[in-house]
Amino acid sequence: MKKLLYRHETYVFLAIIVFITVVSVINPAFLTLENLFDLLKSVSLMGTFAIGMLFVLISGGIDISFTAIATVSGYTIAVLLLRIGYHLNIFLVFLIAAVIGIALGLINALIIHNFKMPSIITTIATQNIFYGILMVITNGTWLYGFPVWFGDFATIRVFTFYTKGGLPFGLSIVTVIWILLILISWFILKYTVLGRGIYAMGGNTLSAKRAGFNLFRLTMFVYGWMGLMAGIGSVIQALLVQTVAPNSLVGKEMDVIAAVVLGGASLAGGSGSVLGMILGVTLISLLSNGMTIMRVPAVWYDVVIGLVIIISAGASAYRRKIFTRRKVITEQPSAGGQSAT
Amino acid sequence: MAELFLRMQNVSKHYAGVTALNKVDFELENDEIHCLVGENGSGKSTLIKIISGTVDADPGMILEINGEIIQSYKAIDAIDCCIRVIYQDLSLFPNLTVAENIALGEFVSDHRRFVNWKELTEIAKRAMARIDIDLPLETAVSEISIADQQLVAICRALTREIKLIIMDEPTASLTRREIESLLSVVLDMKKKGIATLFVSHKLNEVFQIADRISVLRDGNMVGVFPSNEINEEKLTHLMTGKKVEYQNFTLPSNDHEPVLEAQMLNRESEFEDINFRLYPGEILGITGLLGSGRTELALSLFGITQPDTGQIIFEGRPVKIKSVQEALKLGIAYVPEDRLVQGLVNEQPVGDNIIVTIIESLVNRFKLIDRNKKKSNIARWIKELNIKVPSVDSPVQTLSGGNQQRIVLAKWISTDPKILILDGPTIGIDVAAKLSIHEIIRDLARKGIAILLISDEIPEVYNNCNRVLVMRKGCIVKEFDTSQVTVDQIQEYVNGTY
Repeated sequence: MKKLLYRHETYVFLAIIVFITVVSVINPAFLTLENLFDLLKSVSLMGTFAIGMLFVLISGGIDISFTAIATVSGYTIAVLLLRIGYHLNIFLVFLIAAVIGIALGLINALIIHNFKMPSIITTIATQNIFYGILMVITNGTWLYGFPVWFGDFATIRVFTFYTKGGLPFGLSIVTVIWILLILISWFILKYTVLGRGIYAMGGNTLSAKRAGFNLFRLTMFVYGWMGLMAGIGSVIQALLVQTVAPNSLVGKEMDVIAAVVLGGASLAGGSGSVLGMILGVTLISLLSNGMTIMRVPAVWYDVVIGLVIIISAGASAYRRKIFTRRKVITEQPSAGGQSAT
Repeated sequence: MAELFLRMQNVSKHYAGVTALNKVDFELENDEIHCLVGENGSGKSTLIKIISGTVDADPGMILEINGEIIQSYKAIDAIDCCIRVIYQDLSLFPNLTVAENIALGEFVSDHRRFVNWKELTEIAKRAMARIDIDLPLETAVSEISIADQQLVAICRALTREIKLIIMDEPTASLTRREIESLLSVVLDMKKKGIATLFVSHKLNEVFQIADRISVLRDGNMVGVFPSNEINEEKLTHLMTGKKVEYQNFTLPSNDHEPVLEAQMLNRESEFEDINFRLYPGEILGITGLLGSGRTELALSLFGITQPDTGQIIFEGRPVKIKSVQEALKLGIAYVPEDRLVQGLVNEQPVGDNIIVTIIESLVNRFKLIDRNKKKSNIARWIKELNIKVPSVDSPVQTLSGGNQQRIVLAKWISTDPKILILDGPTIGIDVAAKLSIHEIIRDLARKGIAILLISDEIPEVYNNCNRVLVMRKGCIVKEFDTSQVTVDQIQEYVNGTY
């Protein structure tokens, strides 16, 4: 129980419960199965980016360029869909987006590792380069009118229910993809030496090197993985809205970073969990969805997100402060190494 | 005579014209506790790095491990020869659990892809069992004490077959009692056939455990001595080439009014009922274990934290010190425990570091910094404190520990303080530098500055202070006049065994 109280995730979870209660009292339409599945579908896009960001933050880095990477891969598949759409299938689309995403992510990793450049500077630069080149080539034209099969795939549901009015709803294929990615990520972070190496690198880079971790490989994996998630995310985005607009993602990096930090990841590296990431993304999405349902004007959304982040980060910093202060006297060093914590 | 584990002959190392080691011979027996002592720059670290394979010696070295002559020697060979190093910074992962810190390296060096948590816990438990300790396996390393972290680092070295463990300054950040328990672990490992090469500045602990002591000076091996055939005075002499004598510090006259008086100071879970007086020209020591509240008390006197209740009387009138600025205005200066983190801006030049505390007094009528005033101030303090710098423009981080400490002192003394609070002023610096810092402290006291010297090294407060306060669990448990007490008596009060 005490351990539960110390965990950041517990507080985010409580915040979610409180928020759901408040919104459903104000508008009972909120807590319906239909809205829930809808919510899950819209979480999936941000959630996929958040998976990549989680890995980057744990490793002690940050990636600002992932929205540009997603835009590049999204635009490329959109062009391909329009030109040779009837020779492609959904797996090829995902594969192409993945390859582009990974390739651009690896460029970030190479620069960060070889030039020992801060990841924030590197990825701000590459965001501008990736996005800039795309805009030069495309002039910002929107792309739509994809093949029918691409639209059909987006409507696949694993379970289907019907509303009173006879409209179908259910667990979207997009959500299923997200859940699969979550399971893979959880396994990597928890059960592979690679995953623990990412935590180790974020905790203390020099120690990780001395312990025999290959920092180059870890960096390549982390930013490659972020790129992969950006690529997959771009396909999800295209599936959800059936349009690819070059300017629809760039600028939304901070929402994703905020969601992952809200879930307990630290910008200093070394901490963060898959569960926390899910909760953070859920809370951010709930806020926007809930505020719409409560008919709060959309302009308030940014203010509320900002407040939530400050309260969350402030609360955990305060808890840490209290915790360390208490330790001052209670921790008497003793033989045999039993500490009083 | 026990069998030799390690024999090195003709070890030299030159770095860009500087001789770090000059034809040194070194031997280590199986299950021996061997101490390597020497001042900073004497070549200790270089020798350790050569033994651990992270630095190549100059050609011509003869290296023999377990009776076998070894030609090519890299870090991985050292590990294969069952030699492990515990670095001074411990090299732990603060965000990972104790178990993972101990055992994760095993998975890496075996090139495993997956983590078996049950096996990982088993490896950690086995390593801890080898030295009979019990740490909470699931706790993050950042949440355990430095002493326990040290044990984690030792356990990590014990996950596989090991013959020699090298500890580089393992006690630098530990308190007396923590050192005791660390030393008992070292003795315990000896019983299990593990040799220890112990590098330390603290001579008293060297005598406590060493079988033999090797002394390095300026890259030369001065000699190897069985620890029962040499004493601290002689060892200091061998290390520094100088004779050292201590005289107790006595207060010249005691007819002054106290410059500071603490009355019933309390701060929740940090310190309680603190009463003491501090007179001009005296050196008042405060000693106690880590966590006894000594540093927390100092922070309150300097305005970083505020006491919950109680009163501070400064020169006869009650004051509330709400910030560092107010403390400085009153004439209270504080030199922190961790000189590198808190005391200096490492990348900035020496000169700028010295004047940072008085920068406001150096401005001309245009509110710009007067360069001549700045220059003369810097020159004065460099001379007065005998700081050795190539240039006032060199960054602080390029200097030796002792000189860095002097710069921190200069920075605060330049404010012309009435009270100087020194928290662990000689942590991690070598014997010679320590002596000269003690000399500076005495000089400052003779000039009439009241000095509060906080240290967990009892000989340090005993030798330099006229009075000593012992703190335990947030309270002052005893006050001593150092001319009427012995180090051991103070020790008893510190440990609570009186």
